[in-house]
Amino acid sequence: MSDTLLSVNDIHVSYGAIKAVRGISFDIKKGEIVTLIGANGAGKSTTLNTVSGLIKPDQGAVEFKGESIVGVKAHKIVEKGLALCPEGRRVFQQMSVAENLDMGGYTRSDAENKETIEVVYEHFPRLKERMGQMAGTLSGGEQQMLAMGRALMSKPDLLMLDEPSMGLAPILVQEIFDIIKELNAAGTTILLVEQNANMALSIADRAYVLEIGTIKKTGTGAELLVDDDVRKAYLGG
Amino acid sequence: MKDYYNKGEERPTLSASVAKPAGVYRSLPMPARYAINAVLVLLFLVIGEGLISGGVVNRYQSGVLEQVGIYIIMAVSLNIATGYLGQLPLGHAGFMSVGGYSCALFIIHMMPVLGVETKAMAAMSSPAAIGLFVMGVVFGGICAAVCGLIIGIPALRLKGDYLAIITLGFAEIIRVVINNIDGVLGFDFTGGAKGLSGIPGYTNFLNVFLTVAVVIFLIHTMMKSRHGRAILAIRDNEIAAEASGVKTTYYKTLAFVVSAFFAGVGGALYAGCIGVMDPSKFGFMKSVEILVMVVLGGMGSMLGSVVSASVLTILPEALRAFSEYRMVVYAVVLILVMIFRPQGLFGSYDFSLSRVVERCLNKDFPWKKKPGAPAEPAKEVSADE
Repeated sequence: MSDTLLSVNDIHVSYGAIKAVRGISFDIKKGEIVTLIGANGAGKSTTLNTVSGLIKPDQGAVEFKGESIVGVKAHKIVEKGLALCPEGRRVFQQMSVAENLDMGGYTRSDAENKETIEVVYEHFPRLKERMGQMAGTLSGGEQQMLAMGRALMSKPDLLMLDEPSMGLAPILVQEIFDIIKELNAAGTTILLVEQNANMALSIADRAYVLEIGTIKKTGTGAELLVDDDVRKAYLGG
Repeated sequence: MKDYYNKGEERPTLSASVAKPAGVYRSLPMPARYAINAVLVLLFLVIGEGLISGGVVNRYQSGVLEQVGIYIIMAVSLNIATGYLGQLPLGHAGFMSVGGYSCALFIIHMMPVLGVETKAMAAMSSPAAIGLFVMGVVFGGICAAVCGLIIGIPALRLKGDYLAIITLGFAEIIRVVINNIDGVLGFDFTGGAKGLSGIPGYTNFLNVFLTVAVVIFLIHTMMKSRHGRAILAIRDNEIAAEASGVKTTYYKTLAFVVSAFFAGVGGALYAGCIGVMDPSKFGFMKSVEILVMVVLGGMGSMLGSVVSASVLTILPEALRAFSEYRMVVYAVVLILVMIFRPQGLFGSYDFSLSRVVERCLNKDFPWKKKPGAPAEPAKEVSADE
């Protein structure tokens, strides 16, 4: 658990004149589940999008496996083993479930994808049942599973999940989080961004609390779960 | 908690049967699929040529058939950018005019070099004439593709209505340039507003038909390849496509350039068909006309583009007898289709003869299993003339 997989050092990101992220630093070690929690507009998604190359930071360094990935195009970052499961699911609506998964393995060979897709089906048996169905006709929970499965198809070393629980019933949230734990146990390092602080902290090894673009607190998941400030701000007293 | 999702059957399911019917599903090997389609194309070709040389179809009607073929090329090429990539370019007539002018000029200036007579060019009687025709059409396509690249790189940073306006502006620029370039150059080049005349009538039913078949084949295979899949992914969700490792900028530009290329090919045939190129033919309305064909047929459906391009080209001609009312009928047809089939005539459905043959082989007929399901319309996509 000693080697650092991802290290983010003092990144600043802005949308025009609005500064969304003002100097965030954190790091993730191999095999961990790390979560970023915070209110709306705290800069969580912006941070993830920056790491995955969808947005360029104004300044700061992002290193993945010891290599700088600032300014590297998003599709190259996927090839390096860093996959993002974007917010709001964003499945390819007019493609079937199997085609969606194939797209996730776009950077890999067909032979590799054939193997990986079986692994994904093991984690998400529901997807296998629905492999011929159009993704747009899946339920919200199934679409979230599909988005996660698709991200897994690139066999990432680090999987970044942006609000996987968004808009899902509590029972499904539980199911998604169980799968996240399962994936982590199978060897995937996970960076999780969540509004659902309770759930996120309960499975996280370490957590960072974000507030208006900066890191306010950091600690292990268990520590922050009982932290007074965090309880007041995110967990309802 | 964990065993919950293993018992998926406890949850209500969305649709009962999505899985393929159990057992061995006999499918056709690729060579057989190609053979079936080649035979079909040949069949249409023989019928068409037979009708024309037999005198059943007169010169005017075969001229309309050539126009149909040209508009099919225009519609399927625009369909790449509109239906598959999901953008809304309004400058397709611009690419068409670039292709038309460059092909016509190329052929006019190359004829003396290669020693091809105008008559031989129009009749396609010598190998040199055929070679020149192929080179001219490809040259027209390449010129349009270059324009597509120049406009595509800046334009594709924008989306939706902004892209529509910038491409519209670009098409107007092309038209104005063609109109005035002679004055700037100081010698006769495009013929300006009075038009470019003296184009040999190199377009005939045979070469239009073959070009349509080749264009449709190329677009179809491209869309079935991994590149096509990437383009479809961008349409469905650009951010997710990028996060999946698709080079979105590259593929957006590629789709746009390929679309422009085939529009140029269509324009090249158009130049030979009408004989006199005139910038006023390639105004804003021409782009809209082509877009209407794509939307009417169903965005993303090759069959839709082919059928609606055919219908919308033949309809005004067939209604010539009611000259005052024909545009009214045309408009009414459009309005009715948009009200009752807003997704277009065919939606995103595409016809595959191989699939029908496969179904027959497996005795898997839609009306057998699900009595409620509508039967498939029996239309051929690759050879509609």
